[in-house]
Amino acid sequence: MKKRLWLVSLIAIFIFSSVLVGCVEKKSAGTGKNDKTLIYGRGEDAKLLDPSLVTDGESTKVTDQIFDNLVEYADGSTDVVPSLAESWEASEDAKVWTFKLRKDVKFHDGTPFNAEAVVFNFERWADKNHPQHKGGDFPYYAYMFGGYKGDPGHKIKSVTAVDEFTVKFELTSPQAPFLQNLAMSAFGIASPTAVKKDPIAFTRNPVGSGPFKLKEWKKNDTITLVKNENFWRKGEPKLDKVIFKVIPDNSARFTALKSGDVDIIDGLNPTDVAPAEKDSKLQVFKQVGMNVGYLAFNTEKKPFDNPKVRQAFNHAVNKEALIKNFYSGLAKPAINPMPEFMLGYNKNVKDYEFDLDKAKQLLAEAGYADGLEVEFFAMTAPRPYMPDGKKIAEYIQADLAKIGVKAKIVTHDWQIYLDKTGKGEHQMALFGWNGDNGDPDNFLYVLLDKDNTRMPDAANIALYKNDELHDLLIKAQELSDEKQRAELYMKAQEIIKRDAPWVPIAHATVPYAAKKEVIGFKTHPTTELSLEKVDFAQ
Amino acid sequence: MQTDNVQPPVTNLPEAGAVSHSTQQDNPARDFARAFFRHRSAVIGSVLVLIFIILAILAPVITPYDYTEPSADALAAPSAEHWFGTDDLGRDIFTRIVYGSRISLWVGFISIAGSIVVGSLLGLLAGYYGKWQDTLISRLFDIMLAFPSILLAIAIVAMLGPGLNNALIAIAIINIPTFGRLMRSRVLSVKVEDFVLAARAIGMKNSRILWHHILPNCWTPIMVQGTLSFATAVIEVAALGFLGLGAQPPDPEWGTMLSDARDYLQLAPWTMVFPGVAIMITVLGFNLLGDGLRDIFDPRMKQ
Amino acid sequence: MLAYTARRLLMLIPVLLGMSLIVFAVVHAIPGDPAKTIAGDKATPEQLQEIRKNLGLDQPVYIQYFKYLQALLQGDLGTSLVNKTKISEEIGPFLAATAELSFVAIAIALFFGINLGILSTWRQNSWLDYGSMFIALIGVSIPIFWLGLMEQWLFAQELGWFPSNGRLDPRMEYEPITYFYIIDALLFGDMAMLGDVLKHILLPAIALGTIPMAIIARMTRSSMLEVMRSDYVRTARAKGISEFLVIYKHTLKNAMIPILTVVGLQLGLLLGGAVLTETIFSWPGVGRYIYDAINSRDYPVIQSGILVLAFIFVMINLIVDLLYAWIDPRIQYGKE
Repeated sequence: MKKRLWLVSLIAIFIFSSVLVGCVEKKSAGTGKNDKTLIYGRGEDAKLLDPSLVTDGESTKVTDQIFDNLVEYADGSTDVVPSLAESWEASEDAKVWTFKLRKDVKFHDGTPFNAEAVVFNFERWADKNHPQHKGGDFPYYAYMFGGYKGDPGHKIKSVTAVDEFTVKFELTSPQAPFLQNLAMSAFGIASPTAVKKDPIAFTRNPVGSGPFKLKEWKKNDTITLVKNENFWRKGEPKLDKVIFKVIPDNSARFTALKSGDVDIIDGLNPTDVAPAEKDSKLQVFKQVGMNVGYLAFNTEKKPFDNPKVRQAFNHAVNKEALIKNFYSGLAKPAINPMPEFMLGYNKNVKDYEFDLDKAKQLLAEAGYADGLEVEFFAMTAPRPYMPDGKKIAEYIQADLAKIGVKAKIVTHDWQIYLDKTGKGEHQMALFGWNGDNGDPDNFLYVLLDKDNTRMPDAANIALYKNDELHDLLIKAQELSDEKQRAELYMKAQEIIKRDAPWVPIAHATVPYAAKKEVIGFKTHPTTELSLEKVDFAQ
Repeated sequence: MQTDNVQPPVTNLPEAGAVSHSTQQDNPARDFARAFFRHRSAVIGSVLVLIFIILAILAPVITPYDYTEPSADALAAPSAEHWFGTDDLGRDIFTRIVYGSRISLWVGFISIAGSIVVGSLLGLLAGYYGKWQDTLISRLFDIMLAFPSILLAIAIVAMLGPGLNNALIAIAIINIPTFGRLMRSRVLSVKVEDFVLAARAIGMKNSRILWHHILPNCWTPIMVQGTLSFATAVIEVAALGFLGLGAQPPDPEWGTMLSDARDYLQLAPWTMVFPGVAIMITVLGFNLLGDGLRDIFDPRMKQ
Repeated sequence: MLAYTARRLLMLIPVLLGMSLIVFAVVHAIPGDPAKTIAGDKATPEQLQEIRKNLGLDQPVYIQYFKYLQALLQGDLGTSLVNKTKISEEIGPFLAATAELSFVAIAIALFFGINLGILSTWRQNSWLDYGSMFIALIGVSIPIFWLGLMEQWLFAQELGWFPSNGRLDPRMEYEPITYFYIIDALLFGDMAMLGDVLKHILLPAIALGTIPMAIIARMTRSSMLEVMRSDYVRTARAKGISEFLVIYKHTLKNAMIPILTVVGLQLGLLLGGAVLTETIFSWPGVGRYIYDAINSRDYPVIQSGILVLAFIFVMINLIVDLLYAWIDPRIQYGKE
């Protein structure tokens, strides 16, 4: 027996060492110590690195660094400024758009950027029969431009190369936010050579023209980008390397920042903002969010088919307290479905004040003097517009109890939550929205129009249907005059307030924290991330 | 397994399961009690378990606070007023832990009872009938044991939807094979005992033999394992709660409290410390008790 | 012996088949729609239907199962719905991360477990014995996710001795060879990297190793006590051999077999049970890989991931059993 034990150990050692010998072939370890490397801590890994295929912000945070769009958003607003297109003009009827392109741009693989490249990208996204329409379903394209080639609602009739550096778009009907749409992360222009080589592999080895190029992707851990030495905007990027690091838990990520493991983080817990601000080694960036967190009533189910009940609940939600406790004050109480800085925001709409007596009275008028029981859906995953849905639900639950409403909180993980609310299985549910192109249509039409109540995938989870509102919103889509549009949206907000399909709760501020020596970092209302101007002090 | 026990043991009494001792005393209950109280860890364990049962039952008497009602006094440090401090909604943590003991004890009890019933039944069938039943059931246990149990539990809860009851079902399911295998091996050794062979020889029906002769002689190890599994179940429900798959708000489940507290680790460490200690002490109690019982019932292990 | 091995291997087939069926059934009973994960919050119903069709999710479930099984038999673990990558291509680094963590955890557990066990046998029924066994009891009673958080709070946050997350400082960039960072660091002969890797692995490994440590300690104690009562130890003692030698040479070696069995079993359990530890320490391991897949309804990843883990578990058990039988020929190769 003793012998055998020995034999086993010997064999084990032999196998192990032969494995070692087989592998020894030293590759570069370590790295230039003087490189300027920024480590960006965030909560989740990217899914794919082809921006036209994804819908999650974690993927586009990375692709924003790799790809450029024809146009981009200006600092701090959703106004559009030149990027790969130097200039553009629209025809009288706003149906034909002509873009003049930059002539000095090359993709990371050396392919020159030109009008053909733009046409290639748009055709790949639009045409289901395109040989490289692969790797996914190009959801944003269909979403922003009314479907794919051949669909009845498809907005883009054609994209043509007029000459080497001029591109012409013909639309079927005017689209008010057309330029804003082009600036969205999803429409980053990819190198045709790389896509043609293998569109599936492209999702892991993206090639764009942006300030950084992909070096390495360790799944669920890090994505390393290195400087694009030939970036067309001279003098940028300032950094040599950017590493995106996944740290799922918000507080663990903050700890990593404090201990210097990472240089900048997003998804800061609201409660950690004050400590971060006090910390002399850190700085905090706060971005007024283009978002809304709300409580939606299922207007097709009892008791919320009765507007009185919805109004009563509106009076029973203490927004100030919620913001103080769960957003650490980092939010604005929401009165309308969209934030204040947006086109057509109606300042004259008066909110339902927090008043439990009034709420009780309204309930009694609605025939629920003896109270009622409801199911209350709350999400467990922290969302940018609602850092802790469960806690917010608990707080509201306690206030509702005071007006005789027994609310039973039901939580689901995010996938099931989307599924169930999309099918209208809830009575009332916490929900929210991150705007992505800065247009009011992106809030009011998407979230509250009757067009978007189709189950099982309703985006309007209140299932709120109002024809008067619908007419206003459709009219606003086709106008291009801002003033006229603003008027229509103002009217829409009044109707929504009156009918109270939601309790709008808050427009959350999105906090980032970084080491003091990080300079040049700017946040953006769309939460698009731009790192080409970021640098380290000294 | 010793097979020197010739007398058919009395049914229904807990001590009857002790097939492996050949007791000469007249009163096995007293014998058990004596052994139990001489066993230090059994005594400590049962005291800890008792404390938590008492806390669970008398919760409203013990603490003046409400476990759901938020108050303005959020994240207060431990004080004379709030022994364990308050959480982010200003609720008294001591109160929530006391009420939380109800949840842990309830989940532990029901889920383990469930897996004992199902597991024993399967084990009994496998062990007694042998043949294809045995093969089928044993392979099923093999399969279940090979799954990473926490992932299996997570998948089951994902299937059923999060919530305390579904967490309880998941825990019951993942513990079934433990009891099934135990029961099976026990049945295999009991069924060749003389009293069973004798019962068979006089033509007694299978069901009667199973219920009256075999089952009663298999309870002891099941009870011991049940006590130990209770401890694991308390941890498992806390783990599921920690992942947001267990108890729903405002229920003060310990694991859920821990996951809520995680965000306040810097500001208010007490929100994190006390629920963890509560889990640990409860689990410790059941482990001590289970160890003690095993030593008493299985003297070969006793040192 | 050969026949025994062959029979054990044959027995694996129905087990693995059964596993695949159960996993498939459970996974497909999970409500939620993978199409939504892919298309995101803003998808239209038409898009979702299209995606479902492309993924074959509109076919009857049993056909989906047979297709899955067929692919599996050809060694194809499937393709992730979320990122379109072949699972067999991407699961390797996750497995390596978890395996490395588990090995280190087991090493720590072995060292402390055996020595605690020895300590308590050495002075049986003394306070040393009780103390060691009390530590072991705490070890099996502590919720490890809580222990992990406490470690993180104390050692990473308050004291700043160890990093709180990850496997390696991302600034230390390198090309993985084996994806076992410790081995890679040794291969490079890069001591700075080795130090950093060890610093990163220590806290999660301690958390993960606590339960096996406690179990090993108790196992060591009971099996040592048994061996110590045996004749040849008594003889050795009678011959006046020093107590140290008696314990470490004569007794421990003979007590090792049951301990090694425990180690094998625990290793199998750790490989699949590290979800919580991996979540807390942002460890890019296979537990979290599957957990994330459950959350995004990435059916192929959940199925194949769990199956791979279960397969490894079964294989480890088989190897332990075979080794056991080989080292100690007294064990029969008979039925169970």
